Amino acid sequence: MKVQLQQKIAFSVLFFCTLLVVVPVLLILVIISIKGFSAIDLGFLTEMPTSGMTAGGIFPAILGTLYLVFGAILFAVPLGVLSAIYLVEYSKDNVLSRLVRLAIVNLAGVPSVVYGLFGLGIFVLFLGFGASILSGSLTLGIMILPVIITASREALESVPRSFRIVSFSLGASKWQTIRHSVLPHALPGILTGTILGLGRAAGETAPILFTVAAFYLPRLPQSVFDQTMALPYHLYVISTQVPGIPENIRYGTALVLLLLVLLLNLAAIILRYRFRKRKKW
Amino acid sequence: MDKHVIETRQLSLFYGAFQALTNIDLNIGERRITALIGPSGCGKSTLVRVFNRMNDLIEGVSVTGSVVVQGENIYKPDTDLITLRRKVGMVFQRPNPFPLSVYKNITFGLEIHRKGSNVEFPNIVEQSLRNVLLWDDLKDRLEDSAMRLTLEQQQRLCIARVLAMKPQIILMDEPCSALDPIATLKIEELMQQLKKEYTIVIVTHNMQQAARASDFTAFLYLGQVIEYGETKRIFAAPTEKQTEDYITGRFG
Repeated sequence: MKVQLQQKIAFSVLFFCTLLVVVPVLLILVIISIKGFSAIDLGFLTEMPTSGMTAGGIFPAILGTLYLVFGAILFAVPLGVLSAIYLVEYSKDNVLSRLVRLAIVNLAGVPSVVYGLFGLGIFVLFLGFGASILSGSLTLGIMILPVIITASREALESVPRSFRIVSFSLGASKWQTIRHSVLPHALPGILTGTILGLGRAAGETAPILFTVAAFYLPRLPQSVFDQTMALPYHLYVISTQVPGIPENIRYGTALVLLLLVLLLNLAAIILRYRFRKRKKW
Repeated sequence: MDKHVIETRQLSLFYGAFQALTNIDLNIGERRITALIGPSGCGKSTLVRVFNRMNDLIEGVSVTGSVVVQGENIYKPDTDLITLRRKVGMVFQRPNPFPLSVYKNITFGLEIHRKGSNVEFPNIVEQSLRNVLLWDDLKDRLEDSAMRLTLEQQQRLCIARVLAMKPQIILMDEPCSALDPIATLKIEELMQQLKKEYTIVIVTHNMQQAARASDFTAFLYLGQVIEYGETKRIFAAPTEKQTEDYITGRFG
C-alpha cells in the first residue's frame, strides 16, 4: 500500500510540474490574443502609424523586421554553413579546431545586449555604417551564427559515413563528395536551423537597439544605410516610452510579433518532421 | 598462365605502428574471380582496399612495396585516384545505395566524371541494369527511391552503379553477408556472368562461397598470404597445414 501511495505521489508531482510548463505559454498566448486581437485588421498591418503612433498601422515596423531578418540570413547562412562544412569535413581534431568549436559554443551564450554594443562599436562607429539596416543585419547575423553553425554541423554529421565512402569509391573528389553526396542530404537540417535562427533574429530587441532601430520614421527606409523601425523595438517604445497609446495597439503589436516568431518556429518543426519521415537511413 | 591485371610485390601495410599486411606477393588474373579468404582480422578486407586505395581515407596508413594495376604502380605519388577508382570499382558489405532514385543512383558516377552526355544516360542506365539482371524488374520503377528495393536488389543496384563507370576490375568486400542464401546464390550467378568482361576480387568469410564461385583463392592469415592457387586445388589438396586447418573448420 505504501509503495502504491509513493507511486501516486510521484506521478502527481511529475504531472503537475509538466502542466506548469505549459501554463505560461498558454497564458501568454491567450492574454495577448484577447487584448490585442481587436487592433488587428488589414489597415493595422499595411498602414503607417499616425497621430504620434496612437493610431494607424505598424507597417514600417513589420517591413523593417523583415528587412533585418533577411539581411541577417543573407550574411549568416553562407558564413555559417561554409564554416560548418569546414569543421565537419575538413578540419582535423587539433587545438585550433577545438578552439573554434569552443568559440562557437561561447558565442551562443553571449547576452544579446552585448551583441548590440559590439555592433555599435564595430559596424556603426568603426566601419562607419552608421545606425542602419546594414549594421543591424550584420549584428543580428553574428548573433544567430552559432545557431546556424550548430544546426548545420549536426545535419552534416548525421549524413551516414557510407555515403562519403561510396562516393569516394566511385572516384569522386572530396569536394564532389561533399557537394553531391553530403550536402543534399544535410540540407533539410540546415534549413531547419536557419529558420530557427530567423525566429530568434526577428524577436530580439537588444542587438538592434543601438545599431538600427528608429523610434519613429515618417517614411520607409530607402537603402541599407537607412535606419528602420522594427517590431520588437517598436513594441518597447509604444509600451514604455510614449504615453497614451491605446492598449489594443500595444497588444496587437505584440501579437503580430508573437505570431511571426511562432509561425517561423512552426515552419521549422513541420519541415523537420517531413524530412525526418522521408529519410530512411 | 593468365594475364595479370593486379600484381603486388613485397606489399606491406601499416596502421600507424601496427602491421596489417606483410610482404604480399599476389598476381590476380584477368577475367577471373579471385577470392580472398581467412579468419576475421587476417587482413583480407585491408588487402582488397589496397587495390583502389580506399585505405587512404584512414588516417595513419602507410604502404611499402608496389601494387601494379594494369602496368601502373598505383602507389606512385602522382597517381590519379579519380582515374584509378573509375577503373577499379567497389561493392561493399552492406548494400549502400544513395537515398535517390534508381536512375540517379546509376548516373551518380557519370555525373561526377561528366562522362558522356546526358543523352546517353538512359542507355547506360538500361545497359547497367540489364547486366545485373534488374532491368525487367525495375524498368518501370526507375524514379522510385532505391531505398524501397529489397536488399538483394539494392546490392545489384550497387553493382550496376559500378558497372556504369565501365571499370575493368570490381572489388567486392563480402558482398553477400547482408543477404539471405537464395539472394547470395543469385549474386554468385551474376558474378559468373560478369567475369566474362571484368576481373573480380571478392573478400568472403564464407568458404563455401569461395569454393563455389571463385577461380583462384588466396588464404590469408595474420596479414600474410599463406597459400594461393586455383580454387579447386586449394580446397582439394591444400599444401599448407594452416590452410587445411582453416578450410576444414578447425579454426576461424
